[in-house]
Amino acid sequence: MTATTAAQAAYIVAALLFILSLAGLSKHETSRHGILFGISGMAIALVATVSLVADSFSGGSVALLAVAVVIGAAIGLWRARVVEMTGMPELIAILHSFVGLAAVLVGWNGYLEVENRPHGAESLALVANETLRIHHAEVFIGIFIGAVTFTGSIVAYLKLSARINSSPLMLPGKNYLNVGSLVAFAVLTGFFVHSPNLGLLIAVTVLALALGWHLVASIGGGDMPVVVSMLNSYSGWAAAASGFLLNNDLLIVTGALVGSSGAYLSYIMCRAMNRSFISVIAGGFGIEAGPAEDKDYGEHREINAEDAADMLKESTSVIITPGYGMAVAQAQYPVAELASKLRERGIEVRFGIHPVAGRLPGHMNVLLAEAKVPYDIVLEMDEINDDFPTTSTVLVIGANDTVNPAADEDPTSPIAGMPVLKVWEAHNVIVFKRSMAAGYAGVQNPLFFRENSQMLFGDAKQRVEDILRFL
Amino acid sequence: MGVVQNVSLFSTDHDFRRTWVALRIGVVKETATGETRVAATPKTVQQLRGLGYDVIVESGAGALSAFTDAAFVEADATIGTLAETWQADIILKVNAPSSAEIAQLRDGATLVSLISPNLKPELVEELTTRPITVLAMDAVPRISRAQSMDVLSSMANIAGYRAVVEAAHVFGRFFTGQVTAAGKVPPAKVLIAGAGVAGLAAIGAASSLGAIVRATDPRPETADQVKSMGGEYLAVDVEQEVSTDGYAKATSEAYDRRAAEIYSEQAADVDIIITTALIPGRPAPLLLTAADVASMKAGSVIVDMAAAQGGNVAGSKPGEKVVTDNGVTIIGYTDLAGRLPTQASQLYGTNLVNLMKLLTPGKDGEMVLNFDDVVQRSMTVVRNGEKTWPPPPVSVSAAPAPVAAAVAAPVKEAKKPITAGKLYSLVGLGVLVLFLLTAYSPNELIGHFTVFVLAIVIGYYVIGHVHHALHTPLMSITNAISGIIVVGAMLQVGLDETSIKVLSFIAILLASINIFGGFAVTRRMLSMFSRG
Repeated sequence: MTATTAAQAAYIVAALLFILSLAGLSKHETSRHGILFGISGMAIALVATVSLVADSFSGGSVALLAVAVVIGAAIGLWRARVVEMTGMPELIAILHSFVGLAAVLVGWNGYLEVENRPHGAESLALVANETLRIHHAEVFIGIFIGAVTFTGSIVAYLKLSARINSSPLMLPGKNYLNVGSLVAFAVLTGFFVHSPNLGLLIAVTVLALALGWHLVASIGGGDMPVVVSMLNSYSGWAAAASGFLLNNDLLIVTGALVGSSGAYLSYIMCRAMNRSFISVIAGGFGIEAGPAEDKDYGEHREINAEDAADMLKESTSVIITPGYGMAVAQAQYPVAELASKLRERGIEVRFGIHPVAGRLPGHMNVLLAEAKVPYDIVLEMDEINDDFPTTSTVLVIGANDTVNPAADEDPTSPIAGMPVLKVWEAHNVIVFKRSMAAGYAGVQNPLFFRENSQMLFGDAKQRVEDILRFL
Repeated sequence: MGVVQNVSLFSTDHDFRRTWVALRIGVVKETATGETRVAATPKTVQQLRGLGYDVIVESGAGALSAFTDAAFVEADATIGTLAETWQADIILKVNAPSSAEIAQLRDGATLVSLISPNLKPELVEELTTRPITVLAMDAVPRISRAQSMDVLSSMANIAGYRAVVEAAHVFGRFFTGQVTAAGKVPPAKVLIAGAGVAGLAAIGAASSLGAIVRATDPRPETADQVKSMGGEYLAVDVEQEVSTDGYAKATSEAYDRRAAEIYSEQAADVDIIITTALIPGRPAPLLLTAADVASMKAGSVIVDMAAAQGGNVAGSKPGEKVVTDNGVTIIGYTDLAGRLPTQASQLYGTNLVNLMKLLTPGKDGEMVLNFDDVVQRSMTVVRNGEKTWPPPPVSVSAAPAPVAAAVAAPVKEAKKPITAGKLYSLVGLGVLVLFLLTAYSPNELIGHFTVFVLAIVIGYYVIGHVHHALHTPLMSITNAISGIIVVGAMLQVGLDETSIKVLSFIAILLASINIFGGFAVTRRMLSMFSRG
């Protein structure tokens, strides 16, 4: 057993542990084992790598490595501890960007190590193997994917944290821009493989950074769940590309795992939003703004907190359908308290979660879990959609497009065909909303004008607390 | 001044209408014997005022429902005499009007009350002799939009509850079973015939008192509803058509035979039977024969909620309590809802308010009857002295309409862009590309490709069954795992070139943030998930 074979063995073990980790994360019961597997896998991989390099590296390099890990760990743990659960999407987006940037840096290093030193040891070894050209391509592809992930995630982060406007950027001929960058990338790759030089490397980096920016900038804030999971997938592919570059199977396996699982997750999201998966991967699939319509929906009715409380008291079953508005208002704690108070009164309370509620998949579940809502009363759309007709009261808290009957009934609606929570079939619907403004999809919601719906305007958190006072 | 008829919402000139004075709603005292309800309560009066109407209430109208004149005044209504109240533009009533009352209506007035137009054609004829408009509250179609006005449902709900209370009153035993020092008490067995609104309310009331509750209904789709109220559904295993209008239909012969057997079996076993079987526009079906009643134990109780429509039980008398020779009490009260007058009035009044909301799109005290609306059309028996009964049929709601499903199916098909052929050719193309790519690759790369492709497949399957709620933790853990790129940077940091060292340092730092932050935040999230 040499240090190298030991490291390879450790890598295989680590890869297996990662697979088990993802498998464990797919069920509540096994999720804690899953994270344990993941941490052990990572620990094994890191220990193996460090012991592999410790022999050949100078003391200074090892110290540098240790310092970088310690600083990174400190920052990571600190952010993880202080992040608000409502800020989770931003955190995940920014973490994706780190992987992307790291992949770019690893690619650049690959260039500096090999292409920049045509007579170095590595280069000569590759020449002997006749794989030098493949190395050129790998450097290029790795940097491209990494850079797209990097800027894409940065834009997603900025949009999610409301630092930039979340409405889609509509550049003229945006599809041509995307396709053009891909073609340019292919051409540049050809040149680079033929005769690598620093100018081409810089060119591809800039091109990819611009493409990543444009891809996500042209997607509206409402589609962020898909974007975040798509970027998750991209960060995996970036890691896999680095693995090819460094001949490291662990990176390839892990990157491919993350890449394909992220892609599949995006696919699930797309299905939930009734969008074509291909157009999402291609980016720039932001919703076409619906034509300004003059349709008269009638009048909406308002209700105050006291009457809402009375209505809840008289209900036998209540379903709460939260949306991003609940996250924005930080209303998950009062909502959880409301649920438990109603349950104490013997009222059946359940939560109905639309797959794309919030800004990343499962966002609502995490918020509700944070507020200690038992997960067995938190159901997904398909589980609960048939129960609305027998439900006394539905509370729509900060959700809009995900409960829009137009998706189901109006074939001309921009969101037609998107599966939605059929809250309007319940006896009463109380909609918590700041104003009558349209949702992210920019589509008016006929639900608000239904005979059985009533609007409770204002900050969701405050209104729920008002109701709690009257209960 | 009269009622604007059949004016569509959009063509009405607002300025023109503003010049009109708000209409006055009159709430009259019920004259039918034994009627305790009233068509408005102080709370609903307030809501009617909110719609812009003036409200006049006949003195003493709410007395039997425990609503005083003072309470109505407080709710901003005027108290009037009988004659004054009947002069209002819109009369709200509970029961169908008597001939004398019809004569009292002013010309052009609108009357809203229970009418039973199908059962009382002569009443409809009499109403058409006056230039008035009549809306029948018991003709609201059973569509979800109109549920808030469905007075049959709201009254049946009360009546079903009251039926159980009446039965309990006569029944000489506990409903619930108990084991006490003085011996064991068996629980009462209750059979509810018909799982409509009344039946379901009765099931709920009886089971919450602790009885063993069974229920029958010709509509198999009610089985789940019965279960949800705590009852046991007794299925009649005979082919039966699915109801399309939410009401029970007349049943087939084979069905009736089997059902009769079930009733005979149950009658000998149970202590209390509550029958609620009604078929719209027809006499109630006879469910329990004289022999069935005779087979019941002494002290048993039957409540026949259909007594007014001919009765479900042999020997029941409308409005009376009868005790048979073998000691079975048959209750045939027809005023079960009225026996909870306060609540019944409140619910009936709210039904009326919801109707008035529909009829008052402008909230300006102006009533607009829109015949394009199926709800308003269905309820209108007489319009301006002209008979509009029966209305065109409405068939929606309650049971899933098979026609709609058939229409929806092909639309879905069209949305699926990938046909089997396309799919195969796509997969074939992918396989071919992969094959060529690998075949032209040097040996070293092939090993990596193998690992890469297999890992993709594993990634797909591992995640395939992820629970929806775990999407976010899953994403943050894959995020942490993709920090594995740190390994690459670590391998480079030892190279003896400063620029490489700096870049690797940054890369290690970033990837470490990812690894530690990702795992830590995943743990934090998972620790929050708890089972109730």
